[in-house]
Amino acid sequence: MLSIKNLQAKVEDKQILKGINLQVNAGEVHAIMGPNGSGKSSLASVLTGRENYEVTDGEVIFDGKNLLELSPEDRAREGVFLAFQYPIEIPGVSNINFLRTALNEIRAYHNEPPMEAKEFLRLTREKQKLVEFDAKLTNRSLNEGFSGGEKKRNEIFQLAMLNPKLSILDETDSGLDIDALRIVSNGVNKLRSDKNAFIVITHYQRLLEYIVPDFVHVLYDGRIVKSGTKELALELEEKGYDWIKEPATTASVG
Amino acid sequence: MINAIKMTTTTSLYDQFIALYREKEKVQDNRWLTSIRDTAFESFSEKGFPTTKMEEWRFTNVAPFLKEDFRLQPGGTSSLLRQNIIPSLDAYEIVLKNGMLNEDVSIPGVKVTPLRTALKNDDLKTYLGKHTPLKKNPFAALNTAFFENGIVIETEKNAIGDKPLHITHVYYAEEAVFIQPRILVIAHRGSKIEIVESVTVIGDKPLFVNSVTECYVAENAQVDQYNLQIAPANAHLVHFNQVVQQGNSLYNNYNYILPDAALVRNNLHLDLNGSNTESHLFGLYLAGNQQLTDIHTTVNHLFPNCFSNELYKGVLLDNSRSVFSGRIYVAQDAQKTNAFQQNNNILLSNKAIVDSKPQLEIFADDVKCSHGSTVGSINKEALFYLHTRGIGEIAARNLMVQAFAFDVTNKIQIPAVREYIEKRIIHKMAEAYD
Ligand SMILES: Nc1ncnc2c1ncn2[C@@H]1O[C@H](COP(=O)(O)OP(=O)(O)OP(=O)(O)O)[C@@H](O)[C@H]1O
Ligand SMILES: [Mg+2]
Repeated sequence: MLSIKNLQAKVEDKQILKGINLQVNAGEVHAIMGPNGSGKSSLASVLTGRENYEVTDGEVIFDGKNLLELSPEDRAREGVFLAFQYPIEIPGVSNINFLRTALNEIRAYHNEPPMEAKEFLRLTREKQKLVEFDAKLTNRSLNEGFSGGEKKRNEIFQLAMLNPKLSILDETDSGLDIDALRIVSNGVNKLRSDKNAFIVITHYQRLLEYIVPDFVHVLYDGRIVKSGTKELALELEEKGYDWIKEPATTASVG
Repeated sequence: MINAIKMTTTTSLYDQFIALYREKEKVQDNRWLTSIRDTAFESFSEKGFPTTKMEEWRFTNVAPFLKEDFRLQPGGTSSLLRQNIIPSLDAYEIVLKNGMLNEDVSIPGVKVTPLRTALKNDDLKTYLGKHTPLKKNPFAALNTAFFENGIVIETEKNAIGDKPLHITHVYYAEEAVFIQPRILVIAHRGSKIEIVESVTVIGDKPLFVNSVTECYVAENAQVDQYNLQIAPANAHLVHFNQVVQQGNSLYNNYNYILPDAALVRNNLHLDLNGSNTESHLFGLYLAGNQQLTDIHTTVNHLFPNCFSNELYKGVLLDNSRSVFSGRIYVAQDAQKTNAFQQNNNILLSNKAIVDSKPQLEIFADDVKCSHGSTVGSINKEALFYLHTRGIGEIAARNLMVQAFAFDVTNKIQIPAVREYIEKRIIHKMAEAYD
């Protein structure tokens, strides 16, 4: 589904991604861990087309298409979704109006007619339930005055509504209370299928107990320096990142 | 060369007015009115139409709009029109045709009288032309010298309106016309009234409306004025609104300007003539095509303990140009004044221009005042967020413009008016990128 080869990117003349290789197939869940500032969110930004990142080398193929050539909205329409680490507030744009617009823009891209009002309402109710998203919040301005946890939950609610092929969850767990973490994870698990894939960025092994990954990667200084199965997350929880940082430094010297 | 041509044509409309005044029969006016008119006329004849040399008109050159061969004092017309452009607005409806009211209206607690009839009453001399600064405002002076049509809206003491009063201004522009309506609002002690004004234009010839509204808000009274200026491109609307508030009164002004009127120039002047008053001024100008919108507001804090708050938002498309000039004056005696003013603009076209000029003049020392003005474009982070949800450039901008306008549209207290304005914004924005 997603094939990243030697991806390098910089922001404001600072090289952030220094050659990322990653293969994600349909049906898989990949966890990405790594110390603060290692480039996890940057990878998500580059994949979704954030303007200030400049790709300096490498390629990203998504379902046979050169992802890097597409506009951010076309990437989304092709099925890439990012649940933001820090979702922004947009006062004045109602959540529901925003979702309807998003859904219909994606449908139009695939030559489908706008969704019937009734069907939209049904879908909204169904997905609200899935992530136990407070119906009152749906009618409010997008994320305005939402608590940290409510914002994160809203990201997953949107994910459920838009039903993307590839979902990138950037620290969705941070800011969620224990119950919310369980609810959101259950929601994600229900959305999992053999047709979609997830990249889950997290600092905590706890999330991975709920959303069990097929692979765990460690990103350090703009590179994936270690990959393994879910046991790797446990090991990191125990030992921290120091033992992984060493080989990376030598590697960059050599 | 071009300037010279403009000069002569402007002068010619000016000359026509001068001649018209001389031959005007003044017998029908009361003596006090004649004297007000004479003073106003003198002031207009001295100043002439404003030029860009006047500070207040620095950015707005009206000369090109005055070169038409206008019919100067068109009467009302009897052709019927009952077309409410604001769907589902539950209001007392009044239609003014070229400024003229030709049907009687009965509204509980409110007297609406055609100006001609009302002028027979000497009581009006305490209100009419009393506060409007005619010397500095040639257009208001011109209106004062010449107005024939309009209405007087007078509430009874303590009458609380159950429904808004909706005035539809129908202007007939089947030929080039210059129309000067006058409205006088007198809200007596303890009364409350909501007035919604909208514009309908019939015909596509140049239309110039030079209107003056004077609004008196007595002690403990409340007046809400909605000024919806949505008109076709042949319309030129110059409006002067003088508000006088007495102690403990509340005044709210809501002004929404959308395309396509070629020129909209509003002066909104508030004299806070008593303590403990509260005033809110909300406005939106969404200017498109070649539109020129120009808002001048003045809030005069003359007594202690008054509160005024002003928020105007501007969205500029295409080749449009907007001017915002907001002045807050706090007199030495006006201690404990709270006066706030904010003007935010977004430019959606690199050909659009906005001039924003907030001014504070404070002579009291114990006051809380702030003002600010911004000109920018749409928040990039927000746009990116919308894009990552599959929302394209156009739809994203439309959502953001609605969001930007939200701060002033959500202030509208009448749901049908709010819905109408929101729909017009969406409609305009959709059109803008066709
Ligand atoms: N606009 C920018 N200008 C300069 N540096 C930037 C910019 N954006 C990101 N960076 C830098 O890029 C590096 C990677 O940041 P990124 O947000 O990708 O880290 P992260 O792995 O997501 O960290 P965290 O775990 O704290 O979320 C950091 O050093 C950060 O300061
Ligand atoms: Mg991050």
